[in-house]
Amino acid sequence: MLIETELTAIYEKALAREPLDIEEGLALFKNNDLVSLGTVADTLRKMVCGDLVTFVIDSNINYTNVCVSGCKFCAFYRSKKSREAYTLTLEEIMEKIKKAVDLGATQILLQGGLNPDLPIEYYEDILKATQERFPHVQRHFFSPSEIHFISKTSGISLRETLERLIEAGLQSLPGGGAEILDDEIRKKVSPNKISWEEWKKVMVTAHSLGLPTTATMVYGLGESYKSRIKHLIRIREIQDKTGGFTAFIPWSFQPQNTKLARETYMSSTGVDYLKIVAISRLILNNIRNIQASWVTQGTKVAQIALFYGANDFGGTMIEENVVRAAGVKSNYLPPEKIVRLIKDIGRPAAQRTTLYKIIKEY
Amino acid sequence: MVRRGTELLLYKYINDSDLKDVIDKSLAGEELDRSDGITLFNTNNLLALGALADELRKRTVGDIVTFALNRHINYTNVCISKCSFCAYYREKGQAGSYTMSIDEILKKVEGSVKKGIKDFHIVGSHHPDLPFEFYEEMVKMIKKKFPEVHIQAFTAAEINYFSEISGLSTKEVLQRLKDAGLGSMPGGGAEILNEELRKKICPNKVSAEGWIKIMKEAHLLGIKSNATMLFGHLESKEDRVDHLLWLRKAQKETNGFQAFIPLPFHPKNTPLLKDGLVSEEGPSGFDILRTIAISRIMLNDYITNIKAYWVMLGEKLAQISLHYGANDLEGTVVEERITKAAGGIAGGMMTEKKLLALIRNAGRIPALRTSVHEILRVYRE
Repeated sequence: MLIETELTAIYEKALAREPLDIEEGLALFKNNDLVSLGTVADTLRKMVCGDLVTFVIDSNINYTNVCVSGCKFCAFYRSKKSREAYTLTLEEIMEKIKKAVDLGATQILLQGGLNPDLPIEYYEDILKATQERFPHVQRHFFSPSEIHFISKTSGISLRETLERLIEAGLQSLPGGGAEILDDEIRKKVSPNKISWEEWKKVMVTAHSLGLPTTATMVYGLGESYKSRIKHLIRIREIQDKTGGFTAFIPWSFQPQNTKLARETYMSSTGVDYLKIVAISRLILNNIRNIQASWVTQGTKVAQIALFYGANDFGGTMIEENVVRAAGVKSNYLPPEKIVRLIKDIGRPAAQRTTLYKIIKEY
Repeated sequence: MVRRGTELLLYKYINDSDLKDVIDKSLAGEELDRSDGITLFNTNNLLALGALADELRKRTVGDIVTFALNRHINYTNVCISKCSFCAYYREKGQAGSYTMSIDEILKKVEGSVKKGIKDFHIVGSHHPDLPFEFYEEMVKMIKKKFPEVHIQAFTAAEINYFSEISGLSTKEVLQRLKDAGLGSMPGGGAEILNEELRKKICPNKVSAEGWIKIMKEAHLLGIKSNATMLFGHLESKEDRVDHLLWLRKAQKETNGFQAFIPLPFHPKNTPLLKDGLVSEEGPSGFDILRTIAISRIMLNDYITNIKAYWVMLGEKLAQISLHYGANDLEGTVVEERITKAAGGIAGGMMTEKKLLALIRNAGRIPALRTSVHEILRVYRE
């Protein structure tokens, strides 16, 4: 174990908002004084974001569960021939969006499996129809692996794909499909999914076209602590170049009903989650917003994450299917409940847009 | 000696002078009073509470986190007490009601003994018909068939009820159970030690004074016990502080409490929720962690062990609470019915392997203990 003065030096470096390196990140992970780590993260959170805790009213709609990627950590995908396979029609999607908009949603996060039967026009049509019928809702559609897949299946470049989708109304990208940005673990758990470099390429291209995105991390897939730190540093390096990430959202692998469940003994613990959130705050010195994930950690632990560097409570999740397939009972969390959880710890709460503009203060 | 990290935390980032005074007092080993306790409950500075509680935990018990290989048995859910915070009880003859026979209990004990379990935690309810002899016989028969096991059974509330139905004094009840083979007592039935509040939430149960009296009697008879606090229903912060002070006072007299177990209220299916008196979420994560931390801070020099009861906290929060003053993770439990009835998600399944992994992942050293907190084995890597 590291002696505490070494940790103090790292803490002081982080508090000066200097970039930490892999070794320093690892030292933070191996440190067992959770509360001190939390205090540094909390101090940084206060410096960067103040006390306001934000959230978005949103819905996650999954247009298809047909996916050729076959990632071991996923409980959601089905093969084309499966009886449970589905692909939503345009009208079905519009109905779901309407339901969300009626509940006050300002953001629709639309993503799905890598379905080889869907042409780029399918995606364009959804974007156009959404823009036409629900012009005030943020179209936060398609993760980098989908963008990459659409480009591949339609035989056009990434840039061209993104340009066409932007033309059709795409406004921002969700940061999914990142999992752990280290090919060592990607080869084991998601060999058919984009490599970390390809993920980066989609993000950099999107940012260069003016499309903001989030960045995510799914840990607990059997990767080393070093891979987790590498992930954070790679996100920071992209952000240094583009400035296009609006937020970072880490969460732990949800093992139920997945192929990987049999291989990993303990996917992640409460302590690991708080460490991840705090270390993200320390390492990502150039990303303002860090989200707590009540969907995967439960509202109790997510509320505690607000003391460990998180400044945002994510979304109300009017609809969500992917995490639910992995055994998590995530229900819609109405804004009043989120506000209550935030006020319970003595912080002011506000509803925000996808791009972190404040809509309503409570 | 204050650790560097804690120092950084406590003195560099706390701008709350009230809290600073209490922290100074606590670190100097002075006894905290009621107003100090209330100050601790009034802060939103969870990290400061955690740092102080963690420092005290480290000074008192070091880095060892204990657990038991035990089995819980809830022998009946038929209860005339009908507490409004309880989702577990049933009326006699009502669908879902059950009462185990002594044979059934013996079978459960046997099944666990075969797996190497020696510690049994046996708690039920206030059954309208069973005579005191049933309980006495239960303990006798278990000890007769399995003399090597330790029986931790019957809350002070049950002891009080046994006294009522048998006409014996509580002391006599305790003596007879001890003679039958009772090893120690769990800490349940304390809820919140406040008479006014008990009229609302458990009017038919042992009084606050009665609970304390029975515990002290047990301690004087050489029966060690735990103590609990059910929080997050109708009580105030002051009630919680008073509860802790009441326990501290009793402990100074008899020194028989081996562990304190703060229990977050689970509202689902309870009369309190049905009557709209509580929200459906129960206490928040913040409320749970601060209560565990304040328990450590207020009780530290008196009750050594603060237990994170994972059945009610959930695995994640139970593990986190090891950084907020707790130093025990309860045990393997096997079968738990009371919290489950109130919507608890953890259920009763926990393996030794998982307990070890959770403790190690929290950066602590696991150790197997008995029901009376003797350490049997330290798992050094």
